[in-house]
Amino acid sequence: MEEKLSLQEWIKLATQDHQSFGDFCIAAQVKQLEIEEAVLMGRMEEMLQVMQQSIEMGLTGVKSMGGLVGGNGKKIESYREAFADKSIVGSAMSKAIMIALAVGEANASMGRIVAVPTAGASGTLPAVLFSLAEARNFSMAELAKALVVAGAIGMVIASRASLSGAEGGCQAECGSAAAMAAGAAVELYGGTPNQVGQAVAMTLKNMLGLVCDPVAGLVEVPCVKRNAGAAAQAMVAAEMALAGVESVIPVDEVIDAMASVGNSMSCSLKETAQGGLAVSPTGLAWAEKLFAK
Amino acid sequence: MNIFDVIGPVMIGPSSSHTAGAVRLGNLALSILGEDVKEAVIGLHGSFAQTYRGHGTDVALVAGLQGWATDDERIPKSFEVAKDAGIAISFKTIQLGDFAHPNSVRFWLTGVRGNQCVVTGKSIGGGRVVITSIDDFPVEFSGDFPTILTMHYDRPGAIAIVTSILSTQGVNVAQMKVFRKEKGGLAAMIVETDQPIDDRTYEGIGKLPHIQSVRRIQLV
Repeated sequence: MEEKLSLQEWIKLATQDHQSFGDFCIAAQVKQLEIEEAVLMGRMEEMLQVMQQSIEMGLTGVKSMGGLVGGNGKKIESYREAFADKSIVGSAMSKAIMIALAVGEANASMGRIVAVPTAGASGTLPAVLFSLAEARNFSMAELAKALVVAGAIGMVIASRASLSGAEGGCQAECGSAAAMAAGAAVELYGGTPNQVGQAVAMTLKNMLGLVCDPVAGLVEVPCVKRNAGAAAQAMVAAEMALAGVESVIPVDEVIDAMASVGNSMSCSLKETAQGGLAVSPTGLAWAEKLFAK
Repeated sequence: MNIFDVIGPVMIGPSSSHTAGAVRLGNLALSILGEDVKEAVIGLHGSFAQTYRGHGTDVALVAGLQGWATDDERIPKSFEVAKDAGIAISFKTIQLGDFAHPNSVRFWLTGVRGNQCVVTGKSIGGGRVVITSIDDFPVEFSGDFPTILTMHYDRPGAIAIVTSILSTQGVNVAQMKVFRKEKGGLAAMIVETDQPIDDRTYEGIGKLPHIQSVRRIQLV
């Protein structure tokens, strides 16, 4: 069996070398992939461009394949325009909510998206990256570096736990996406490697145990709105980490706990549509209606 | 695992297994047929049969049969494009048994030059797929590597001569499997390689003794 990756190990190495976690991850990926740094960063920027296109598509107010979701990203956009002074969560997070819904809706209506780490959780990272980009004028190059950090975090989670809802529940999809986004946000704001790890740990702790219970088995309900929740969790944890708040449980141990929670989760709560919201009376009624089509 | 397994792929939503995987299964079936599709009957099993509309599995399969990539924005319109190209497509629900993977599909294909094949495959998550049978022959390969598939007579040396030809062309075998229904009868061999297989090598294998037919599967 392959040796498990360790975020703590990488954080230690980056700290020893007095590198930002982003620079450390870029160097490690350039070495592993045997490609030029410019090629790696170019591909990351291409992914960012696809994300921007999926945001735009979602905001046109699309309708999903199953017909359960669509138009909610646009609602937040209108609300932001009409009641900017009334936002409960503030401008950056309200924008993140808008983007998460828009990308989730674009995905559900067969739009082109980047699976980060999966299609079902594809709204979370764009939400955090592009809302913060607007708030602080980050460049595409800075976002690309943050995306490499997100990818490195995802690799560790995949290695120690899982990124698949069928294996680990929604904590493994939206939870992982949120953890990746939290680490990326800390990097963007100039946090230390240790703070990146703290943000990942705190995000996963707050999403531990989340079940995967899609209505009618489709990537619509509750997936799209969970991306908005995941983006918010990422921002909450990043804020705590940047302020110096630390997780009592070290990050690798949190990831291992997520693996063990996923393993002990009933199969009915892991993407099979046989538990949770999927078997609520309304969920079942939708399933019956869609299957009868 | 590398970073692009986590960041990406770029794909048409909504589901890596039900949409992107379905495109790839169509790509592999097309490659096995070895020519453009003229007629396709597509059988859906399990979860594919139940939820195909909501996931666009049907349009994704038809896109795959036309050789499109998983991020091709025409995927939602694949039926119209197929119709304009004169490809006849029909769907049915099939039952492959309790042990079959819930995301399974079987294609009955006829090509523009009259070739025919029956291909069964499954989408196992994250866009990864496995072909499980070809023309009633149980097989197992992913299409992640350039692949040579032979139908040959089960005779001593039939396998060795194929691998020796590959080695003289500098092609390294990554994995290989052999399947047969009965001793001495028709057998199938799947050879997955690290390097692509050029036309000359491919055609040369087809002319070897004991080889009934050869197919080459190379996805981009």
